[in-house]
Amino acid sequence: MSIRLNSGGRRIDRDRVLRYRFNGRDMAGFAGDTLASALLGAGQTLMGRSFKYHRPRGVVASGPEEPNALMGVGEGARFEPNQRAPATPLHEGLVAVSQNHWPSLERDVGAVNTALARFLPAGFYYKTFTWPRAFWKHVYEPFIRRSAGLGRPPEEADADRYEHFNIRTDVVVIGGGIAGLTAARLAAEAGLEVLLIEQDTIWGGRAPVDGVEIDGNPAQAWVDDTVAALAAMPNVRLRLGTMAAGIYDHGYLLAYERVADRPDSSGAPRHRLWRVRARRIVTATGAIERPLSFACNDVPGVMLAGAVRDYLVDYGVSPGDRTVIVTNNDDAYRTAIALHRAGLSVPAIVDARPEIAGALPEEARQLGLTILPGTGIAKVKGGRQVTGVALCQQGGDGAVTQEIACDAVAMSGGWSPVVHLWSHCGGKLIWDAEQAHFRPDPDRAPTGADGRGFVVTAGAASGALRADAALSDAAAAADRVLTALDQTAGDASPPRADVPSEAPLAPVWMMPQRAGADLRAKMWLDFQNDVKVSDVRLAAQEGFTSVEHAKRYTTLGMATDQGKLSNINGLAVLADARGDAIPQVGTTTFRPPYVPISMGSIAGEARGDLFQPIRRTPLHDWHEGQGARWEPVGQWRRPYTYLREGEGVKDAVNREILNTRSNVGLLDASTLGKIVVKGPDAGRFLDMLYTNMMSTLKVGRCRYGLMCSENGFLMDDGVVARLSEDTFLCHTTTGGADRIHAHMEEWLQTEWWTWKVWIANLTEHYAQIAVVGPKARTLLERLGGMDLSRDALPFMGWADGTLGGLPVRVYRISFSGELSYEIAVPAGQGRALWDRLLSEGADLGVMPYGTEALHVMRAEKGFIMIGDETDGTVIPQDLGLDWAISKKKDDYLGKRAQARPHMTDPDRWTLVGLETESGAVLPEGAYAVAEGTNANGQRRTQGRVTSTYYSPTLDRGIAMGLVWRGPERLGEVLTFPKVDGTPVRARIVSPVFYDPKGEKQDV
Amino acid sequence: MQRYSAFAVAREALRHHRGWGRAWGAPEPKAHYDTVIVGAGGHGLATAYWLGKRFGIRDVAVIEKGWLGGGNTGRNTTIIRSNYLQDPSAAIYEKSRALYETMSQDINYNVMFSPRGVMMLAQTEHEVRGYRRTAQANALQGVETQFISPRRVKELCPILNIDGPRYPVLGALWQPRGGTARHDAVAWGYARACSDMGMDVIQQCEVTAVRSEAGQVTGIETTRGTIGCGRLGIVVAGHSGVLADMAGFRLPIESVALQALVSEPIKPCMDVVVMANTVHGYMSQSDKGEMVIGGGADGYNNYTQRGSFHHIEETVRALVETFPMISRLKMLRQWGGIVDMTGDRSPIISRTPLGGCYINCGWGTGGFKAIPGSGWAMAELMAKGASPLAEAFTLDRFRQGRFIDESVAAGVAH
Ligand SMILES: Cc1cc2nc3c(=O)[nH]c(=O)nc-3n(C[C@H](O)[C@H](O)[C@H](O)COP(=O)(O)OP(=O)(O)OC[C@H]3O[C@@H](n4cnc5c(N)ncnc54)[C@H](O)[C@@H]3O)c2cc1C
Repeated sequence: MSIRLNSGGRRIDRDRVLRYRFNGRDMAGFAGDTLASALLGAGQTLMGRSFKYHRPRGVVASGPEEPNALMGVGEGARFEPNQRAPATPLHEGLVAVSQNHWPSLERDVGAVNTALARFLPAGFYYKTFTWPRAFWKHVYEPFIRRSAGLGRPPEEADADRYEHFNIRTDVVVIGGGIAGLTAARLAAEAGLEVLLIEQDTIWGGRAPVDGVEIDGNPAQAWVDDTVAALAAMPNVRLRLGTMAAGIYDHGYLLAYERVADRPDSSGAPRHRLWRVRARRIVTATGAIERPLSFACNDVPGVMLAGAVRDYLVDYGVSPGDRTVIVTNNDDAYRTAIALHRAGLSVPAIVDARPEIAGALPEEARQLGLTILPGTGIAKVKGGRQVTGVALCQQGGDGAVTQEIACDAVAMSGGWSPVVHLWSHCGGKLIWDAEQAHFRPDPDRAPTGADGRGFVVTAGAASGALRADAALSDAAAAADRVLTALDQTAGDASPPRADVPSEAPLAPVWMMPQRAGADLRAKMWLDFQNDVKVSDVRLAAQEGFTSVEHAKRYTTLGMATDQGKLSNINGLAVLADARGDAIPQVGTTTFRPPYVPISMGSIAGEARGDLFQPIRRTPLHDWHEGQGARWEPVGQWRRPYTYLREGEGVKDAVNREILNTRSNVGLLDASTLGKIVVKGPDAGRFLDMLYTNMMSTLKVGRCRYGLMCSENGFLMDDGVVARLSEDTFLCHTTTGGADRIHAHMEEWLQTEWWTWKVWIANLTEHYAQIAVVGPKARTLLERLGGMDLSRDALPFMGWADGTLGGLPVRVYRISFSGELSYEIAVPAGQGRALWDRLLSEGADLGVMPYGTEALHVMRAEKGFIMIGDETDGTVIPQDLGLDWAISKKKDDYLGKRAQARPHMTDPDRWTLVGLETESGAVLPEGAYAVAEGTNANGQRRTQGRVTSTYYSPTLDRGIAMGLVWRGPERLGEVLTFPKVDGTPVRARIVSPVFYDPKGEKQDV
Repeated sequence: MQRYSAFAVAREALRHHRGWGRAWGAPEPKAHYDTVIVGAGGHGLATAYWLGKRFGIRDVAVIEKGWLGGGNTGRNTTIIRSNYLQDPSAAIYEKSRALYETMSQDINYNVMFSPRGVMMLAQTEHEVRGYRRTAQANALQGVETQFISPRRVKELCPILNIDGPRYPVLGALWQPRGGTARHDAVAWGYARACSDMGMDVIQQCEVTAVRSEAGQVTGIETTRGTIGCGRLGIVVAGHSGVLADMAGFRLPIESVALQALVSEPIKPCMDVVVMANTVHGYMSQSDKGEMVIGGGADGYNNYTQRGSFHHIEETVRALVETFPMISRLKMLRQWGGIVDMTGDRSPIISRTPLGGCYINCGWGTGGFKAIPGSGWAMAELMAKGASPLAEAFTLDRFRQGRFIDESVAAGVAH
């Protein structure tokens, strides 16, 4: 059983006891513990259940690569599933639950899958569950879904907050082990700006655990000195608890800082996402140990040898009283020696290599430890806990030579450099046969815009596994960075390490080498997803020989650790089954993030009210105070209508319309796009953008214009006013302002860059208020200041002046068919004008109206609305707007497209008005049916409704629509079925329902 | 062909599964085939499958430069729906959806089609009108859809926040018979079925040139030698422009990266597929338990199959707002595929200026759902010279201005 020893543990503070709960039980650990070390220290080796077979599992690793010990941590709005226990620092009051079992961790019904395992090999689900057809959805799939998944979903909205940092720096060094510290120091001494990040909560990486000496001192002392020196440099930023998550094009690095991952964070963000632009990135990310593939290598108590050492040295925790070591390399002997020195029993070191020579084995031998060369594990014994191992000859087929009782197994299959970040953005790997791993190929680094590599590796991450090699490699990496950035080296000299020499490892991809089918079916490659050697071999047998096929067919490497422990072992098995060498098989693609990062951190502060900016007009607060029902239009909020006490939405809209038509209404039109186009070529430019001629517009006049896409489709409309000889003000739709502004810039910058035109989007500079209705002029005259008579300011004219003492620009334009003025004032004075209009007009019945009233009134008048009558497939000609298309111009955007055969086809659907026979309102979006069906069996249609409203003015339903040869068919009756098929009959009429002669707007 | 069934699995279990043969062959290319399809993605394989099944054309090779299904077919988020607006789209996507319903049985391979329902949220008045219109159109097209209330939305998907402060949910277009399927299985199942009909699916074989004589295709050059053919079908999604160039014509296609991501797996909490187009994101939960997430395409043309992180941010932001509980899930993996975008966001299934050469492309961000139907139409076009389902999707529609614009109905068309 795992226990806490009475002494040792460099990371824990035995004077500070932390209480926490695990599966409802009260537990205690020490400050400095991780959840995993605390649980192990408390004798809890069983920590979870696997994904597919629900096998009992313990922790295997000591870092974020852990595949088994995943927990639900926290409660309520702070609950999070799938936290890696070895990477979860313990804190007072932490609440954790194990996952993927029912009813309990100890007794899990799902474990029957283990018994059925032979019926559930890789990909079995592709071959079964197909009959009867309906069963997949109703029986099989729900069952599979329930037994899969890991943690339970969070139920509440997240109570924590998250933020983003943006920085630029010369160099980012990823990894605060001895290589990263060295590279950072050398770069910083040379004067470069350096950011050094480390995912762990302390500096130093493996070296202090492994007893390395640097420059004659214990590694820990050297680490402390170096960190102190770096901290004192103004050009260095140090961050612990910060993991590099991904490397993207052009030196973009994403780093994930766990700032305050605990409930009592006192307002600090939980996580912080760093978006870093670096000129060079150094990955000093170390290496990860590989498991060995022997039968039942997944029983709780089987751990990586390096992890066993970590728990012992860092936390004073032993995974067992009797630990068998199984290895193919010298490094694992460090674990044997450390356990022995801690007074624990190491009954045997099982070494697959026939000859064992190195200095570390020699030391072990001298300590009296038993070394069994050429030996392997035939099988681990025990169910929920290791009880022993059966040994065999590594070269054989698994015949048991000896059994040893033990309660833990420390395994080492060699170490693989962490190449993920290097690979994210295209860095390539080479196979290092001697060390049996893939390592970065320095000649094929990810390249930046200048074609040069921007990522450099240092230390174990380069494949320089031993401390001495790692340090010289780090120095070389720093050199490469300095050279690339034209920097001369500083004074610091690179450190040197003293380590015993190590004998080469022997690649061992299966233990024993000639294991039969029975054993292979019990050798786990991917612990979490339950992928075994037999599965990968089956995949190859069935033709899934591409590494990507094998991965997907077996799910190898697709678990939450993304194959950090399993990939190389799996590749080797696949290569063997294919009869190829490992490098021929290649790797699967490494994708960000390196270790999963919270969605919360990705979203950052942008949630709730900050999700997107809310754009407010200067009158926003007034609307809010008057019962405005909001309608989001782009990022704006516009009042849909103003609800009065006890009034329904429809009533409110009708009231606003009737009042505007008989008295005077006010509309906040501030959101309308206002783009100023200026310069000697402004007229020529607008002639290209609009279908009509704008260059001939007279100063002081307005013209309604249409803008089309290159494909000829109508994309926006609005009134253009010529302010001076070389200045135009273009109004756009509310939703279109930003898009049209960008559209103008694009043409100007990419096609007509020699034209002398400048563009500015002034939308927010002005408040704009439409004063609409028969009493509009009377109201404005009361404010006084300018002559607004028909003669002084005729329809489609504009004038500058003052109203009620406020500087205004008044446009005589109408979107309702009424006498109407749109008045622009500087934004800061919008509210003053609005208030004046309301108070002066009280006895005239002045009343604000919202967007819905605006829509209904324009439809009564037969005016089109972008987004209703248009949908990206409609050309102006379809809408009877030929009058707004200049025939004199050589060209405008969309002109050529509008000449294409389908565009000039007389059979196009064109704009008409529609009136139901009953007076009812036509259903929204309804289609007019025609006789029969088309070749694909669909009902033929001959038109559709584009806008449909109840008109309070006419007290009946009115609609606009596009109808096949519409205007030629006035008076015909069409049938529009509702969704349920009920027919609604409507007559084709003129689209202008109100004041067809236009007498009211031009008074 | 070795039949797959629960019984067969049980039988094999007793002998350590030694009896399973290859799912598809690994043939050497022959000198000549009646028909060559370039691209062993879903669309290419489905084309070959239907050529054999419907028209008895079995002297067929499917040529793949990498591993079959390794393009967008193996990278997509597997949403299947047919609630498109325009008649030609609704016809082919509905045909396809219907074929998905029986695909597992048709090809004796469980593609795990799961008609769990797809809803597209309406979060602006404009979207409400758009989806009401789509529902009207669908009713006449024979596609079963409904415009549903916010309450019903919440019932179907309890983890949805329907009254978010910015874009409260005003309703949704609901297609109960839409859903998802297992993408790899679609490619593998078709490859197996094609192989079984005697066709050659040839992987690790890149087409480098198209040969022709007097305006008529005669064959292709590949990294594994020259292969002659009487008919050539180009079905290569993001690389269509490259292949068209080899065949001597140009396409109105842009290739851009489209990204997706998954969370770590969790127990079931979402039974339906939800698309939120105003905020630009969509999500479903896979059978493994991962939340499968996607959003908009990257804004610049490229072939790298990896995207920019700011698009991921935009998508995740949208979905945290829509499903607040995912804030405490973690992103496990992000990836990208190169999608082939046409100007009207509709595909091209067409003859080309080169005689005997046909093209099927332009499925852009949403062609997984179309795989069986597209193959059905493409096979018919190649075998008979015309197909009613493909009729509107010609290459020359761009010249005529006869667009089939689907971006009209929804910003995102997955
Ligand atoms: C992230 C993402 C999410 C998506 N989500 C959805 C969704 O939810 N629903 C949906 O319906 N659709 C979705 N799609 C779109 C869908 O994936 C594609 O439309 C569809 O898979 C295209 O299939 P295909 O067979 O045409 O192309 P692919 O699967 O890309 O196949 C083309 C094949 O051609 C091969 N090829 C290319 N050049 C050559 C050459 N010179 N020689 C030989 N072979 C060549 C390629 O290697 C590739 O295998 C998504 C796409 C992406 C990228």
